[in-house]
Amino acid sequence: MARSSITRRGVLSGAANVMTASAFAAMGGFRALAATEGTVGFIYVGPRDDYGWNQAHAVAAASIAEAPGISLVEQERVPETEEVARVMEGMIQLDGVKVLFPTSFGYWPFIQELAPKYPDVLFIHAGGLWKPGDQPNTIGYRGYMEEPHYLAGIAAGHLSKTGKLGFIGAKPLYFVFNNCNGLTLGARSVNPEATTQVVITGEWNNPVKEADAVNAMIDQGVDVICANVDSPKVAIETAERRGVMSVGYHTDQSDLAPTGFLTGAEWNWAKGGEFAMAHLADTEFPNLYRGGFARDMVKISPFGAAVPEAVRTEVLAARDGFLDGSLLLYKGPVSDNKGNTVVDAGTGIANDDNDFKLSVKWLVEGVIGETGLE
Amino acid sequence: MSGTETTGMPAPARRAPGARLLPGAAASEGIEAVLLSALALLVAFLLFGVFVAVQGHDPVAVHRTLWLGAFGTRFSIENTLTLAAPIILTAMATLIPARVGLLVIGGEGALIMGGLGAVLAGLALAGLPGLLGALLCCLAGALAGALWLALAGALKHWRGVNETIATLLLNYIAIAVMLHLVTGPLRDLAVPIKAQSWSIPEAFRMGDIPGWSVHWGLLIGVAVVACVHVLTRHTVTGFSMAILGGNRRAAQMAGLDIGRLTLLACALGGAAAGLAGAIEVVAVHGAASESLVVGFGYTGILVAFLARQNALAVLLVALIIGGIAASGGLLQRRFGMPDAATELLQGMIFLCVLASNALAGRLLPGRR
Amino acid sequence: MEGALGWWGVLIAVLGGAVRVSTPYLFVALGETLTERAGRVNLGLEGTLVLGAMTAFATSVLTGSPWLGVLAAGIAGLGLGALHAVICNLPRVNDIAVGIALFVFGTGLAFYLGKDFIQPRAEMLPGLALGTWSDIPAVQSALEISPLFLLGMALAFFLSWALRRTRWGLLLRMAGENAEAGRALGLSVPRIRLAATAAGGFLSGIGGAFLSLDYPGNWNEGLSSGQGLMAVALVIFARWEPVRCFWASLLFGGATALGPALQTVGITSGYYLFNAAPYMLTLLLLVWASSPRETLAGAPRELSISR
Repeated sequence: MARSSITRRGVLSGAANVMTASAFAAMGGFRALAATEGTVGFIYVGPRDDYGWNQAHAVAAASIAEAPGISLVEQERVPETEEVARVMEGMIQLDGVKVLFPTSFGYWPFIQELAPKYPDVLFIHAGGLWKPGDQPNTIGYRGYMEEPHYLAGIAAGHLSKTGKLGFIGAKPLYFVFNNCNGLTLGARSVNPEATTQVVITGEWNNPVKEADAVNAMIDQGVDVICANVDSPKVAIETAERRGVMSVGYHTDQSDLAPTGFLTGAEWNWAKGGEFAMAHLADTEFPNLYRGGFARDMVKISPFGAAVPEAVRTEVLAARDGFLDGSLLLYKGPVSDNKGNTVVDAGTGIANDDNDFKLSVKWLVEGVIGETGLE
Repeated sequence: MSGTETTGMPAPARRAPGARLLPGAAASEGIEAVLLSALALLVAFLLFGVFVAVQGHDPVAVHRTLWLGAFGTRFSIENTLTLAAPIILTAMATLIPARVGLLVIGGEGALIMGGLGAVLAGLALAGLPGLLGALLCCLAGALAGALWLALAGALKHWRGVNETIATLLLNYIAIAVMLHLVTGPLRDLAVPIKAQSWSIPEAFRMGDIPGWSVHWGLLIGVAVVACVHVLTRHTVTGFSMAILGGNRRAAQMAGLDIGRLTLLACALGGAAAGLAGAIEVVAVHGAASESLVVGFGYTGILVAFLARQNALAVLLVALIIGGIAASGGLLQRRFGMPDAATELLQGMIFLCVLASNALAGRLLPGRR
Repeated sequence: MEGALGWWGVLIAVLGGAVRVSTPYLFVALGETLTERAGRVNLGLEGTLVLGAMTAFATSVLTGSPWLGVLAAGIAGLGLGALHAVICNLPRVNDIAVGIALFVFGTGLAFYLGKDFIQPRAEMLPGLALGTWSDIPAVQSALEISPLFLLGMALAFFLSWALRRTRWGLLLRMAGENAEAGRALGLSVPRIRLAATAAGGFLSGIGGAFLSLDYPGNWNEGLSSGQGLMAVALVIFARWEPVRCFWASLLFGGATALGPALQTVGITSGYYLFNAAPYMLTLLLLVWASSPRETLAGAPRELSISR
């Protein structure tokens, strides 16, 4: 409950203790900028302790605020309307915020509109949408979550008894499909017979529908659940109650399912802290920063008790493959689940080929479901 | 007596319609309504103060911050006006039908349909001059909203379907239809991060009022309020509506076309909310998506009731409600309060204002 | 393909879903039935449901006892119900408007106080395993029945009987059918309505407790997707009769579970429209059953929405 609010408050009150210092040191690379001062503002679309998307950002916010001289203001449940523009402006004008982290995808157009008015403020947006011509004081950054999904898929492929995984997607969006493909490819790399059932709930937060989807899939023989929704808490707890395994998303959910949790795909949004520091210290920052393990933008959750040592080793080996680029997520031959070849044999898609990933409107062979976009 | 305490109609509309036409009576009624509302607001803010004090905050500081965030600076005022703009219009979706004695809560659905209508018009009319295109988008939105709520009016008149429940259901259906369209047939696949419709031409987009960071929707809302005020208070149609709202049988005996009035009231209300949706598209989003579903319609109900179904009062109430919403962020940032603090305060105000109706006619002694 | 049930799986999921998802609908609908049979509409039961859910979850977290949570949720609901009745008992106050105000107030209060409980995990209500005779896990799971569901079912039949056969039921119906006659008999109609609305709030609060402590068993601000508002429509759907409320709740619950279940067998488009099916169904039923000349069969005559 008091996950990080207590530490945050402690930091805000100016108590520079050992923990904050060491946490800052752990951020690495910016110790030289320790004198940097300023206020950063985080804006969330939902509750910041939701065990999901917003919490992943709040964790980053807390770690950024641990740096000396940095104070933090936060506002939750800000809708993707004109209101977010007002909130951003309020933080700038009334709280003196120098770096803004508007953390929901749909905030992007409002950021682009507001940024020219405040050239001294840096807007760091979670979404990786920046393109040439966009405002110079805005940043898009985003992790390739399909990579940790692939790793979770390896564990799921080994441990699933029925060979059937279940994937809940909130919306039919490209990154949701990539994650589903990653999970499936990972599972099929160790169990070529593995399949993934997809259910789209249509909403980012609808606990009843998510629980229903989990139950319906388990009734169809699925024994590993992965939910790409705002807060996978309900899906994971429901899976645990029904005695099947689960894969996390956004943030660490291992404590929600002590027996069935395998691992999870996590963001490393704290990376944004480096851009914030660079801006406050008046040094260079990138406008676009995307990446997977190789650029430290994603990570996996601690393994659950269900994952034996051999499987852990295999998963970590695959992670090393992503780190040094020897493992490609989409490595030919890859066909979609309608029999079309999407990546030819002998070729592969670079892990940072963002255009390819944006164009993913299909699900790989082994996925049961449709994107509805083809 | 049994009728007055459970009726589905707003209390003021139940008085003899003739009383409203006497200038003296209207003035004293107006003064009393203002006094009552002020008293109710005071009580609500006191209650909220007690609540936050129990939660360990300094109530004086909280209220000062509320003022600062709502009206304290020019920036705050712009904030408040921005948030007030859509709810002025959605309030009309409840207010106009209330004139004929209907309780419509379908502003949310009409707003969404209006947004959808504006997008369809914008896509179809690409190539037209900007201002004309924007106007036609707004008109299309108003038309879509009008048709949507006219449906409820028609069901009420010809099938006797309760309009409150029907419009509640129509809200959910409108949301589903819109989401279905923007994830399917109307989806712009070039937008990777969310399911939204194709965008209307850039030329049709509506900007801010010069010198203010508030878009034109605010002035459109004020103009609509003025029209509604004239319609309801100074036209034969408005008078006919008041008669129907006051006493259905009297309206029948006077030979009024009840079906026409019912449909008209619902359609006008829907048109206003639809216009709100169109403005959200034209001035804010440029496309339809789930960002349209943020509860402006439901807040509009609250505004209409707080304004005691009086069109001019809606402007004032929308400022208060918009101001509370605008200062919610400061409450979060300065006091660490949950965002729901503003919702809670709005609920308290709503309850107090409704309860204050009980004092109507007793506040100014000797008037009645 | 061990464990694959195909279309049987859909049927089981829908039936299981009907049982799981229906309970909050059922409790709110029963509460609203009581309220409306006494002549009032309480449109604020969505707020009551949400406040009940939060109260139950928080109580279970703090005390470790889910049943205490259920009780606390009921009491919170009772409070909101009584507030509705007290304000509506004042002259010239509109019950539907007060309902909407309580909707805003109840959710606001729940979200405000519930902030600290989004993160923790609460002790859940235990289920009754009635499916141990089957060795199909899907059947076992579908038949793991919540005691609250059984309680709700029993309550529906009890209330149906009590409304028709007891003195108390007669008084309630008198207040709802003909308040004038009730007054002539020396009854205090406001007091009867107070009792009915408060009891209705109590039941709705328990419906919320089911959401947070049983299914889906969580607390956050998106927990209820309007079940409390829908229940008001459901009562009309069921024509103010508790046992019909029970069947209608099952129907609505099953309809909710249908969308996800259909996707598991390959029907993947139109999920938003499937999700809206209960609303369209209710509207169609209203259109079919209403008449411009008379009130709906079974509608209490004092009710504002049946006039």
